[in-house]
Amino acid sequence: MIKIENLHKYFENKKVLNGVNLDIEEGTSSVIIGGSGTGKSVLIKCILGLLTPEEGRISIKNNLIFENGKFKKNSKIKIGMLFQGGALFDSLRIWQNVSFYDIQNGKNKKFCLENAILNLEKVGLSSDVVNLYPSELSGGMQKRVALARAISIKPDIIFFDEPTTGLDPISADVINKLIIQKVRDIGATSLTITHDMSSARTISDNIHMLHKGKIIWEGNKDTIESTDNPFVVQFINGFSEGPIN
Amino acid sequence: MITITKNIGKVVILFLNNTGHFFIFFTKILRSIFKPWYFKNIINQMIFIGYFSLPVVSLTSFFTGGALALQIYYGGNQFNSEAIVSSIVALGITRELGPVLGGIVVAGRVSSAIAAELGTMKVTEQIDALKTLSADPISYLIIPRIISGIIMLPILIIFADIIGIMGGWFIGTQSLGFNGSVYIQNTIDFLEVSDISSGLIKASFFGFIITIMGCYQGFNSSGGAQGVGKATTNAVVSASVLILASNYIMTNLFFAS
Repeated sequence: MIKIENLHKYFENKKVLNGVNLDIEEGTSSVIIGGSGTGKSVLIKCILGLLTPEEGRISIKNNLIFENGKFKKNSKIKIGMLFQGGALFDSLRIWQNVSFYDIQNGKNKKFCLENAILNLEKVGLSSDVVNLYPSELSGGMQKRVALARAISIKPDIIFFDEPTTGLDPISADVINKLIIQKVRDIGATSLTITHDMSSARTISDNIHMLHKGKIIWEGNKDTIESTDNPFVVQFINGFSEGPIN
Repeated sequence: MITITKNIGKVVILFLNNTGHFFIFFTKILRSIFKPWYFKNIINQMIFIGYFSLPVVSLTSFFTGGALALQIYYGGNQFNSEAIVSSIVALGITRELGPVLGGIVVAGRVSSAIAAELGTMKVTEQIDALKTLSADPISYLIIPRIISGIIMLPILIIFADIIGIMGGWFIGTQSLGFNGSVYIQNTIDFLEVSDISSGLIKASFFGFIITIMGCYQGFNSSGGAQGVGKATTNAVVSASVLILASNYIMTNLFFAS
């Protein structure tokens, strides 16, 4: 479904992605773990086309979307994204945020409002919030609205950037469960980046560990506990001493 | 000596780098201008830039007109030239003070607001979110602001011209003892269409400068709240300096011949 080959990304003289290779199967939920500053967000932004890598190839659904330093447009692939902070549009009401894609595509107000209510209900929010602005909601509710917006376009692939960051453990668990359920409902392939191991264990089918711009370990979520890779062992146990400085 | 040369070199490189960045940004805008327009966003921006700037522009213009009348009267009194007060106030307001002061006041209000809004959108990933939802941020956020600036500044300056002249008239009649009808008649007789139109052309260009500087600084801000603050300051400073510099060039073009 998503195939990344030898991806490199530099910021001035700093090499952030140093030859990433990644293969994500259709219909699976993959999680990329790694410490802060290892290039997780940069990798996801490169796949989304928000950053341009220097080298490498990216293919989605057997369509080459990036090669030789250039992106190729492919409007057939729908991609949803849940940003770390939600990234809801401050100046728009909740229903306008959720149905933003439909509004831009010329759908009428009645359709957009009804669709927004439907998608908000899917993430456990009532229709009472449709006319509020994002700043009037709590962090957990904003994440749910952002999830509703991401699934509203019925994406083939959905990306989650640190979905549980900044949430209390209960809200985080609610978001994790919603992610699993909604991704299954729409039949999408998902890719999540996180350093929250509890979230990674809950959401994932497969886990990939990124360190210094390279995937250094990958496997099924059940195998991560038994691996002897010193980087993974240190990371999942939260040891301060080990090969990760 | 080496340190001085190094610092000069750094400034030159920074200037060239920023100029290059700006032209890339400008090219993207030119490309997006031919894409479908977001008319609702344009109307919202026209209200924000035009309607909500009217009070501050009117006040600035009124007091400038009044102060100008006093200055000309007290300066001209030495040569017994009070009669030219109305004509010089009209000329000064329509050609220079209306568009320039109006432009600078709007730069302070609008350019900073645009930079702060877009800067916050940038650092909170809202601009990235627009891209993931298949909306072109340049078409959605920048084109409406620039179009609104180009259209609304001349309209604001028409009001500024009228109110500025009325400020001169008010001080002239209430404080300097001029006859109100004669003052207005002198103003009408002396003003030419080119005096007003040159000011409006300038205003339109200032509208472009104000909005593009706000958009450029906001769109390229980084580093959280501090970055947004820096973008806001840079937007106002660069817009104000460019207004003054381009005013000189345009005055030279319009009136030197």
